[in-house]
Amino acid sequence: MSHIKLELKPEQVAKIKEICKSFNNDPGELINVLHKTQETFGYLPAEVQEVVAAELNISVAKVYGVVTFYSFFTMIPKGKHPISICTGTACYVRGAEKVLDEFKRILNVKVGETTPDGKFSLNCLRCVGACGLAPVVLIGEKVYGRVSPDGVKDIIKEYEEQ
Amino acid sequence: METVKLTIDNKQVEVPKGTTIYKAARKLGIDIPVLCYMELHDLGVENKPAGCRICVVEVEGRRNLAPSCATECAEGMVVKTHTTRVINARRTVMELILSDHPKDCLTCPKSGRCDLQDMAIKLGIREIPGQEYAEMSTYKKDFSPSIIRDVDKCIMCRRCETMCNEVQTVGALSAVNRGFMAVVAPAFEQDLEKSPCTYCGQCVAVCPTGALTEVDHTTKVIRAIADPTKTVLVQTAPAVRAALGEEFCMKPGTLVTGKMVAALRQIGFDYVFDTDFAADLTIMEEGTELLDRLTRFLNGDKNVKLPILTSCCPGWVNFFEHNFTDMLDVPSSAKSPQQMFGAIAKSYFAEKLGKKREELVVVSVMPCLAKKYECQRDEFKVDGNPDVDFSISTRELAHLIKEFNINFEELPDEDFDRPLGESTGAGVIFGATGGVIEAAVRSAYEIHTGKPLPRIDFTELRGMEGIRSATIDFNGLPINIGIAHGLGNARKLLEDVRSGKANYHAIEVMACPGGCIGGGGQPLHHGNSAIIKARMEAIYREDAGKPIRKSHENPYIVKLYEEFLGKPMSEKAHHLLHTHYFSKKKDIYIK
Repeated sequence: MSHIKLELKPEQVAKIKEICKSFNNDPGELINVLHKTQETFGYLPAEVQEVVAAELNISVAKVYGVVTFYSFFTMIPKGKHPISICTGTACYVRGAEKVLDEFKRILNVKVGETTPDGKFSLNCLRCVGACGLAPVVLIGEKVYGRVSPDGVKDIIKEYEEQ
Repeated sequence: METVKLTIDNKQVEVPKGTTIYKAARKLGIDIPVLCYMELHDLGVENKPAGCRICVVEVEGRRNLAPSCATECAEGMVVKTHTTRVINARRTVMELILSDHPKDCLTCPKSGRCDLQDMAIKLGIREIPGQEYAEMSTYKKDFSPSIIRDVDKCIMCRRCETMCNEVQTVGALSAVNRGFMAVVAPAFEQDLEKSPCTYCGQCVAVCPTGALTEVDHTTKVIRAIADPTKTVLVQTAPAVRAALGEEFCMKPGTLVTGKMVAALRQIGFDYVFDTDFAADLTIMEEGTELLDRLTRFLNGDKNVKLPILTSCCPGWVNFFEHNFTDMLDVPSSAKSPQQMFGAIAKSYFAEKLGKKREELVVVSVMPCLAKKYECQRDEFKVDGNPDVDFSISTRELAHLIKEFNINFEELPDEDFDRPLGESTGAGVIFGATGGVIEAAVRSAYEIHTGKPLPRIDFTELRGMEGIRSATIDFNGLPINIGIAHGLGNARKLLEDVRSGKANYHAIEVMACPGGCIGGGGQPLHHGNSAIIKARMEAIYREDAGKPIRKSHENPYIVKLYEEFLGKPMSEKAHHLLHTHYFSKKKDIYIK
């Protein structure tokens, strides 16, 4: 698994230690610790997992096992503009997959990945409750409705200069 | 004790409350098939993730089938283990497991000894429907110096994970990822070499498939034997002779020392020597070091490090280099017998033959996979030439014997060559937990007190308990001895020493449960500890039958010191027979 090499600053290490301590450094609280840590850092890079493992006195392999088991946890930082494509039933039947393919083609990333410049990350989700606008794409908090594959280029363009 | 009564396949059985259906069935002689389940009785370890679902049974009144390995018996339960529903379910489960399993059985190193293959045969699987829908995982093979991981063959039984974490507390392996990509791997799916793996090989010993196997050195050995410019020496570890016979359908505990020597000669080794000789040499060095530290301690030297820890076991050495980096000066500096043998073979013996060290090839036969790593360590090389060139496991030797068309069972007994083949009973018992320290006591006592031992057998140091201790009276001086086998037990003992809770003069540690007889390179025992006990009895039988049973009385050892080394811990001995240790701890706090 490739990951972006990261150097933790002393205050970041202190923050992780503080989170672990708030759960009494109990190995049984690993999932809660990881939740809180991801909330703080946005993702769980290898270096963060190593500190968590040391603090809870469990193996790094075990921490990594839990991180890779639950889809909520991620080792990849979110892009500046997180893109979420709804692949719920309504959006799917209205061509969400073609829209997704277009995002993948233009950004040259797979689902769950982030572009090397850190600008965009691509993810799927199931239903944002705007089925009338299907297919729906979210960029950050902003909702785009009735997106066609042809329109993807223009949406990306809006954010490229930002 | 509270009990429950139940019926399994129309037979009544009464078992203690809390017993699983699987175990209750076994009591009735009904062997429910299991795949992920593993029980190691003497270690008190059970692997029952109930993940494979091969062991399902029908329980009357229950909607779904129950995994018998993890379902407790209840009063009045009616269980059926071979109804059509159960058999269909088992076959479907097996077909699903096989659907994304590589189909290269013909060339798989585990073929013929594979639990998955055996199960497919038992369940009568003839085709694998649905494999076109299965996604094959595509992990690259991970080659470490000792162990090969081919995790496309991992079936997620998690036996290796239990061994690595619960028994050995090494923490190199964990289940990672999901679905078709789910496998057992080190952190961040890095190679084993970058993990805290000690190469003890206990994961390989329990892996039911070809996902974890040893690095095979037999081809290199065959080439060396065929090379006319090389003189090839072989040394055999004590535990090999007590287990090799099992690979030829002999009863566990059959001693095959003489046949093994004959087979090695037929294979074409120029000299068949014994690691036991080097074990005797280890006792001379390690025992002297113990007495030296003791004497200094008794004379009030505050800097002396006690307890002394044995250093014969390369898995154990790797373990403390990873986990006890603050105590690197505590273990004995004596090299392991394998490496002492190599160093003496390529100096003293090469001189005797009038050959250069490069013309000699030293092969070791070991019950161990960590020995493959050990012989490649840089500090055991001279100008890039290793003291021990190749290390093969007991299993690899069995394979060589078969490949060389040797009828092992019919072989006459032969003796080891001299001088490096002569050994005492003390060298033999290195193969079992407690053996090294017993051998050390036999010699250290006589050297220290100048009196003959009143008895040779120290039964208080023997046994299968994970952590043992005993006090041996050295003519008025009580010597406290600790013994641990299995790295989890070693960790406990060492932590007690570090915190000052335990007070020992000498501690023996072996990485594998049972000592070398239970090593990761031995014939697979499938968790049956009766086999390990039978091997242990064989080791002590060999010791009892030896004319000389104390290392310092080995005439060829005496001669080696007279002709070559001077005395134990001399400058020459230090140079050839001692080593130092390195911290392998990773700096995890990155600036």
